[in-house]
Amino acid sequence: MSAGSTIPKHIEEVLATHRRGFLKSAGLLIASFGGWAPLANAEEPGPYPNPDFRQIDSWIVIHENNTATFYVGKTDPGQGTGTGFRQLMSDELDIAFDKTTCIMGSTDITVDQIGSGGSTAMERDSWPMRRVAAEARRVLLEMASVPLGVPADQLTVTDAVITSKADASKRVTYGELIAGKKFNVTLTGTNVTSVTGKAKTKSVPELKYTGQPLHRDDIPGKVDGSLKWAVDVKLPGMVHARNVKPPFACAKLTAIDESSVKSLPGFIKVMSKGNYVAVVCDREEQAIRAARQLKTTWEKPSTAPFPASEKLFDYMRATAPIAAPRAAGNADAETRNPVGGPIVVGNPDAFFSSAPKVLEAEYQIPFQGHTAFAGAHATADPSNGQMTIYSNDMKSYGMRRCVAAFLGMPEDRVRVVWMQGPQGFGRSAAEDAACEAAWIAHELGRPVRVQWMRDEETAWDAKSPAFLVKMRGALDGDGRLAAYDYRARSCDYNHLGYNEPDTVLIAQLMGARRERPAAGSASMPSDMYAIPHRKMAGEVVGLPAIWETPLRTGNLRDPNGPQPTFATESFIDEMAAAAKTDPLEFRLNLIKGVVNDDGGFRRARSIAVLKAAGEAFGWDARPSPKRRDTGDILKGRGAAYSFRGQTVVAQIAEVEVNRKTGHVWAKRLVCAHDCGLVINPESLRRTIECGTLHGLSRALHEEVQFNTEKVTSLDWVSHPTLRHADIPERIDVVLVNGDPNPKRPDLPPYGAGEATLKPMLAAIGNAIYDATGVRIRRVPFRDDRVLAALKAAGV
Amino acid sequence: MSSVTLKVNGRTHTLDVEPATPLLYVLRNDLGLQGPRFGCGLGQCGACKVIINGTAIPSCVMPVSAVKSEITTLEGLATKGKLHPLQQAWIDEQVPQCGFCQNGQIMTAKVLLDKIPHPTDRQIREAMNGTLCRCMSYYRVQTAIKRASKTIAGISPVSDKAVVA
Repeated sequence: MSAGSTIPKHIEEVLATHRRGFLKSAGLLIASFGGWAPLANAEEPGPYPNPDFRQIDSWIVIHENNTATFYVGKTDPGQGTGTGFRQLMSDELDIAFDKTTCIMGSTDITVDQIGSGGSTAMERDSWPMRRVAAEARRVLLEMASVPLGVPADQLTVTDAVITSKADASKRVTYGELIAGKKFNVTLTGTNVTSVTGKAKTKSVPELKYTGQPLHRDDIPGKVDGSLKWAVDVKLPGMVHARNVKPPFACAKLTAIDESSVKSLPGFIKVMSKGNYVAVVCDREEQAIRAARQLKTTWEKPSTAPFPASEKLFDYMRATAPIAAPRAAGNADAETRNPVGGPIVVGNPDAFFSSAPKVLEAEYQIPFQGHTAFAGAHATADPSNGQMTIYSNDMKSYGMRRCVAAFLGMPEDRVRVVWMQGPQGFGRSAAEDAACEAAWIAHELGRPVRVQWMRDEETAWDAKSPAFLVKMRGALDGDGRLAAYDYRARSCDYNHLGYNEPDTVLIAQLMGARRERPAAGSASMPSDMYAIPHRKMAGEVVGLPAIWETPLRTGNLRDPNGPQPTFATESFIDEMAAAAKTDPLEFRLNLIKGVVNDDGGFRRARSIAVLKAAGEAFGWDARPSPKRRDTGDILKGRGAAYSFRGQTVVAQIAEVEVNRKTGHVWAKRLVCAHDCGLVINPESLRRTIECGTLHGLSRALHEEVQFNTEKVTSLDWVSHPTLRHADIPERIDVVLVNGDPNPKRPDLPPYGAGEATLKPMLAAIGNAIYDATGVRIRRVPFRDDRVLAALKAAGV
Repeated sequence: MSSVTLKVNGRTHTLDVEPATPLLYVLRNDLGLQGPRFGCGLGQCGACKVIINGTAIPSCVMPVSAVKSEITTLEGLATKGKLHPLQQAWIDEQVPQCGFCQNGQIMTAKVLLDKIPHPTDRQIREAMNGTLCRCMSYYRVQTAIKRASKTIAGISPVSDKAVVA
């Protein structure tokens, strides 16, 4: 069957029927697949209690026409996870994939699975979905045994039709059994992640849709213009607000001259509390104009909030690290390694002191921004004394708690309706915009839509922390890496958590202060090489300004992963060059010695992935750098490898460096990737392609710039990103699926997306070195920086 | 306010708006055509592009009163319920991640193929270079343009995989 260009009609009917059900009971604005029915008045004003994750009915609804709707507490920032959930749940329920649909991430109708983050969709959160679907199948078989007069174990099911194994004429459909009724089956498990019924999930060979390259169900609406996004929400009586951001960090608002905008068309009100200011107008363009035109007066802070970006690394080197450990209870603790250490193996100090030659290098990674595509946005509806937020934030459940706490409303009077939006790469500004919309709507008593402008987004969104990493290494007499010292310092003291009512920007601007901010971390690198003597330590420094500053850090796709990996995987290359050994072979030799990782599980897969990358690329084993080309275009190749959780990634880049301009073009990229069980190979390939290119963008372009009072990266010119002209001629994605160990064919899925971000910065740096013989230890590799390095080296 | 007449996707609309209003907000908020989206408001990213006189124009910086010709938006590309070959290629290649920028990618590609039915890789890169994507779907966008180019020429692209759905 080929994929249609639209949602199948019967699915649309299911959705329509289901929507009407919602609309009656909950006043939900439905916004997918072309359906669009804003409700003037919610018939029922709430409250909106949490769906009970221990009820099958919270996860699966089967309809009269024998189709099913799945309800999951996840959001899909664009990697196709919703379709993947349908594949897994259709398999477990034994229903045709194209007779199902999946609704995600709206707090009043889907169970709280956090939303998305940490590449946990398949690795962690698909399991309860599978178990519940398997249990629903088991319950349906039991139900069928009564009317059919056949014991459940004598029944079989295909495409949601149950038949007797002995007599196929005895049949009943899921729809005939349960449509219009409830399962009323209580599951067990202490939390949503562990929830389970009695049924067992299927083994991998029994899965029919899982592993197939099925088309994503959200894409047709994204290319024909019919999908309605969070940014498209329109409500009766809705007005538009735009922020007036402080003109510099830590600015104090001293006056607002409302007369400067009062006579503008559509003007409604200036909203302000503390240092937060917004203007509300009838129409969007009116709000934009009024926010620009509003005269405000601000006082500068007495001391500079931060050093200028060109002095950042001097500042970080000279500043004493913060002694305090990261605050306990950080909601995202699982995705970040602790500040730590030092972790010491062997006796590195002794080895270094006696080593004939010690190599030292310092790597620098600047702040890099989310810079999501649109400005952050949300619409808030305060009708009926409730608060409904329409948002694309990837963590809708956290947002609900945050908005409730920020406004002082009971949680069950707040709901967040998740809708599609631009990116979702971590702690974006979507939650800041949601709290702003909620506050203004709460104050005004009418629906409000807020959207940040480009300069707000680029300057004020959460940043990925800057890192300064010092590396030392020494070879033994046989040219093997025998000692290694990693010391990372991150500028990450005010690391934002997700949806915190006292750290969202509006709360900061209104004066909310924590006793101490949640300190971030200087992550450890993936500890993947057998090096007999090693030491790894991380520490955090802060900037003078902690609050009300645009240089606020937060999680960005693979939080604090690309920075350490740039340092370590570049340095491994430096050591390989010092040993005059091929850099791939050098890595393989270091991995072969690893014994302490799950009985060699990751080691075996790492070796397979590195070899697969080399084979796909056509790697010719030789030490770097190569003999330099004679023309203006210098060609080279570089590799890097890493893992994240149990996902292993190796990337190889072939670059062309223009000797005259310093321009670097990655002509070819290879990404070999093993994330265990593949749910949808086509979605996975796209996710890997795009993640790899995101890494390339961070390698070549991305850097937040600032002077001593404000961020000066404000748009796509002053904060460039990857463009079409940068795209390689060819990208090869190699899915090194499964486990080389034949005793474990039933490998579970691991997180796929974020792991692809880690190695690319180093792969490009290593390729530049191979091409030019010049090692550049500072990203991004912008033309002027590369040209200066080439000139300094006499290339 | 003043009266402005716009022809969009074959339909004529008369609206009472400030003449300086950027076309984007009129399309989205008055006419309900939300294919074009705000990305930067500066004409730098292409998310808001519409086609006017055979050119892909950023509607975020185009005053509504300056529009004298018919406007085509993403919603106007399909004919008689059939997707434009570019839109179909976007589905066949599974191009989007979040998809927020894809309006601009598709509209810019449409203008490119109208002018150059069989563009080289270099021509694709150059024509598309002002249309940004933060999910980095560029490689697949370029692949889809080549696929659509073949479809339009009547050369059915050979599918490299069996697709089930």
